[in-house]
This record gives sequence, structure tokens and C-alpha cells, in this order.
Amino acid sequence: MAVNFGSKRIVVGAHYGLRDWLAQRVTATLMALFTAVVLLQVIFSKGPIGYAAWAGIFVPQWMKALTFTVILALTYHVWVGMRDIWMDYIKPLGLRLSLQVATIVWLVACAGWAIQVLWRV
Amino acid sequence: MPTPHPAPPPARREFRNIHALRDLPSYRLPPAGWVSILHRISGALMFVLLPFIIWMFDTSISSEYSFARFSSAFNNGLWLLPAVLVKLVTLALIWAYLHHLIAGLRHVYMDVNHAVSKEFGRSSALFTLALSLGLTAVLGAKLFGLY
Repeated sequence: MAVNFGSKRIVVGAHYGLRDWLAQRVTATLMALFTAVVLLQVIFSKGPIGYAAWAGIFVPQWMKALTFTVILALTYHVWVGMRDIWMDYIKPLGLRLSLQVATIVWLVACAGWAIQVLWRV
Repeated sequence: MPTPHPAPPPARREFRNIHALRDLPSYRLPPAGWVSILHRISGALMFVLLPFIIWMFDTSISSEYSFARFSSAFNNGLWLLPAVLVKLVTLALIWAYLHHLIAGLRHVYMDVNHAVSKEFGRSSALFTLALSLGLTAVLGAKLFGLY
């Protein structure tokens, strides 16, 4: 059996366990629920959906809390998924590590922007 | 995931390094295979287009003025992009989200139910493809102003 622990451990691998698998499903369920919550509010809003009705959805504090949590869930979910893609297709470790770092930078930047937008309304 | 496995018996040939252009087009995927690879492609697409998604979130909720800019992108285009291209990218996102959501629900359903059989894998995959493409067509028709 190939040695892949100790000094031979693949440092750009996963944690070889349940955690990320479970996290991906928990975050996915949360995002599916969020989709339903937003969709229901859009469907049951009265009249044509203009700025006031749409932005009004994100005004209540509970909706801000939910959306904030979903942004974090999405960030983690996408990280697990993109890391899987890099691990499957990119074999040179240096390139893989670079792409993983770029993915984290990309995701954290996007999450920061989304959170900033959320508290603008 | 790189699972450690014992060395294969030497008599059996190993097929590695599938050539994307030479080998993949000749592969005939079952419906579950299509759902699987499209799940990955749709996820990667949304990852790449994340700034556009947040741009839509930003302009659509920040103010009346930004909302007007948001609407204008779909009517008059955005920067150098014509409106039809903005709509096409949005249509791709609609498909990606629907496919990823429905295929994901299929996964979770199979995970919690353990009711995994070849028949269910096939029928649920066909259901996923039909529902995601059907809803994409309905929402796409709305996006392009057909009704």
C-alpha cells in the first residue's frame, strides 16, 4: 500500500472523513430552505415586483440573519465542491495548491461583498 | 478522493489518463451519469459567475437608482455586453441553479432514504433532467419576454 501519511501525507488533500461530506449536505439543505423562503415571499407579494417589494424582503432582521448564514454556508459548500474538482483533475501539487488558494481568496472576497450588500438595505 | 488501494494484479491492464478529446466523446453516459457530470459543471459555472450573481444582488437591492441600472442591463446591455448576452448568461445561471438544486435534492434523498437501486437511479435522473430543463424553458421564456 502506498504510504500517504506522515511526511508523505498529501497536504492538498481532503480530511479523508465524514466532516466535509456532511457539511456539504447540511449547507445544501440550508440553501434549499432559503430558496423556498425567498421564493414564497416573491410569490405572495402583492402587485408587480419593483424595487420596494424586492428589497423589502431583505429588510427584517431575521431575514438578514438567515441570508448571512446562507452566505457563509454557500462559501463553505462551494469550497468543498471546488476542492473536489481540483483534486480530481489537477494532479501537480503546486498548481493544485495555487488553485485552492485562489479559490479561497475568490470565495472570501465574494462573501465579504455579499455581506456588505446585505446590510446596505 | 485519493483512496489508498492495494496494487492491482499485474495481469489486468489499468486504464488511466483518459484523453478528454479522443476518449470522452465516445463514452455513452447513462442518465445518472449525465446528471452527475452536469451537477459538477453547473456548480463550477456558478462558482465562476459568482461576481455577476452578487452584482445582481447588489444592484437590485441597494437603491432605486441601482435597481434601474439592474433592469437596464437586461434591456440595454451592460458595459460592452449586449442585453441578449446578459440574458443568455442569466439563462445559463437559471439552468445551473435548477439543475444543481434538483440533482442535490436527489442526492440527499438517496442519502437519507438508502433506497438506492438501479431503477431508482435511472428514473430519478430522468426526472431531474426533465424538471430542470422544463423549468429552465419556462423561466427562460419569461426572461426573453415570450409571455
